[in-house]
Amino acid sequence: MKLIFEKSVPGRHCDLLPKCDVPYAALPEALRRETAPALPEMSEVDLSRHYTELNQRVHGVNCGFYPLGSCTMKYNPRIDEDMAALPGFAGVHPLAPAYAVEGCREVLDTAARYLCETTGMDGMTFQPAAGAHGEFTGVLLIKQYHEKRGDFNRSKIIVPDSAHGTNPATAAMCGYDVVNIPSAPNGCVDLDALRAVLGEDTAGLMLTNPNTVGIFDENILEITRLVHEAGGLCYYDGANLNAIMGHVRPGDMGFDCIHMNLHKTFATPHGGGGPGAGAVGCKDFLQEFLPASALMDGEGRIQLRSFAGNFLVVVRALTYLLTLGREGIPEASQNAVLNANYLMRRIQGSFDLAYDRICMHEFVLDLSRYKAETGVSALDVAKSLIDYGMHPPTMYFPLIVHEALMLEPTETESKETLDWAADIFRALYELGKTDPETMHEAPHHAQIARPDEVRAARNPVLRWQK
Amino acid sequence: MNYPNELKYSRDHEWVRMEGDIAVIGISDFAQDALGDVVFVNLPQEGDAATAGEAFGDVESVKAVSDLVSPVSGTICAVNEELLDAPERLNEDPYGAWLIKVEGITGTEELLDAADYQAMAEQG
Repeated sequence: MKLIFEKSVPGRHCDLLPKCDVPYAALPEALRRETAPALPEMSEVDLSRHYTELNQRVHGVNCGFYPLGSCTMKYNPRIDEDMAALPGFAGVHPLAPAYAVEGCREVLDTAARYLCETTGMDGMTFQPAAGAHGEFTGVLLIKQYHEKRGDFNRSKIIVPDSAHGTNPATAAMCGYDVVNIPSAPNGCVDLDALRAVLGEDTAGLMLTNPNTVGIFDENILEITRLVHEAGGLCYYDGANLNAIMGHVRPGDMGFDCIHMNLHKTFATPHGGGGPGAGAVGCKDFLQEFLPASALMDGEGRIQLRSFAGNFLVVVRALTYLLTLGREGIPEASQNAVLNANYLMRRIQGSFDLAYDRICMHEFVLDLSRYKAETGVSALDVAKSLIDYGMHPPTMYFPLIVHEALMLEPTETESKETLDWAADIFRALYELGKTDPETMHEAPHHAQIARPDEVRAARNPVLRWQK
Repeated sequence: MNYPNELKYSRDHEWVRMEGDIAVIGISDFAQDALGDVVFVNLPQEGDAATAGEAFGDVESVKAVSDLVSPVSGTICAVNEELLDAPERLNEDPYGAWLIKVEGITGTEELLDAADYQAMAEQG
């Protein structure tokens, strides 16, 4: 497939932008570029075909099963899109004065109230543009809290070795030293390892519960108590919130602040379909440090992002919350957990489970024994799944499980889909034993064969050049 | 998997070869196999301090980024800069592609001989 730049024909154009109907105003000379930007020149139909072709080459949750662990690839209901497209929301000018956008403000207030209720927090901001930005915001809250009290000696953030890579990255970006603690054999926090690193230099702990291997840490109250006793704060990574909505609240577990990925748990699109939103909630004593926004100002506070954050994403999330309601939200989590357990038990007996116990919303397969016996790796299995029209699970994560495949079916999927998927896993398990070569070379029927990931990583070509 | 007898090994999967007073350090065959294709190596500068049990650099494969943990404390007197442009050497020849050399050694982690290391590594 050609790049859009390669399809460009000089002088060709389309009329997607209307003719200018206001007086022409020239930019000051100093601000004008000297050469024209290399924008593609295309007709509307060719442009449309280009993006349709791209669309046909990707696999989205609208195309089929997408059990990408830790990403919560649930279906995005159409009604969310309908609400986000309402002209009163979609057409609002970002610089409109507050009195003209009372409705938008009510959306943000209402969504904040419902999400606070869901998570046990007292205040919320929708400024962060996505999850990692939300983490960054949350850890800055912790930093501000310590510095406001004149406590400048807290230099360390504790992160378990099963954490998402964004956790240590966030702590480092906020100027903290990252202290990694090993997990206990059951995949949960090792309390002795935690006690050993806690001290007067502890700024906080970053944790997700259930954790990345899909297990709810039963010691959570003791964990947060220990961190608080040492003077640190507890940060909840909302990556796995889909397992517990309406059943247990991070605020009640002892967490002081939290970010949520609205594009995971609250069914807004993951990239492609629109930007993300990393809502950040906190307990009352941290509210004074929350950032300002165009619609919720605060004296002396800075904004983290322009205007009111990715507002239309919040409209979608609020629509999802209102559609499911107080009864539906906990039920969504129940079904997410039920689906994961069902799929896990249907696959069991073929590939090894990393942890053979009731899981939460996701579970991890450990293919190290299988790889030693057959030579077929987790990567080979992932690539083979593509031939069946299934998106592969998350691979080689979490790092504490070797040859890991991490599956999260979400509440979206029916029993029929889960049975279909389990049968494919079991069939591939048998195939690898007799015909590993076929799996080393998979996928065989996809639009794109197996790319050379090593060459791509060593010599990435990141931009088109004439 | 290859575990040369003349080398010592750390629990973090580095090997150590003593050349007089200088420790030559690399990653084991087991480590390179577990990492998969290495695409990038981040190495320290000559003259930097190495501390036993702490990271002196990192290695990135198509799967993950992992710390390189020094088995000894001392001063880094040589860095194998050839690896910066040819990280695949770690996969091709893990015992030839050394990472750093350390002199003035003041401390060493508990190191394993080949048989003990093999037992530890393969038990997982």
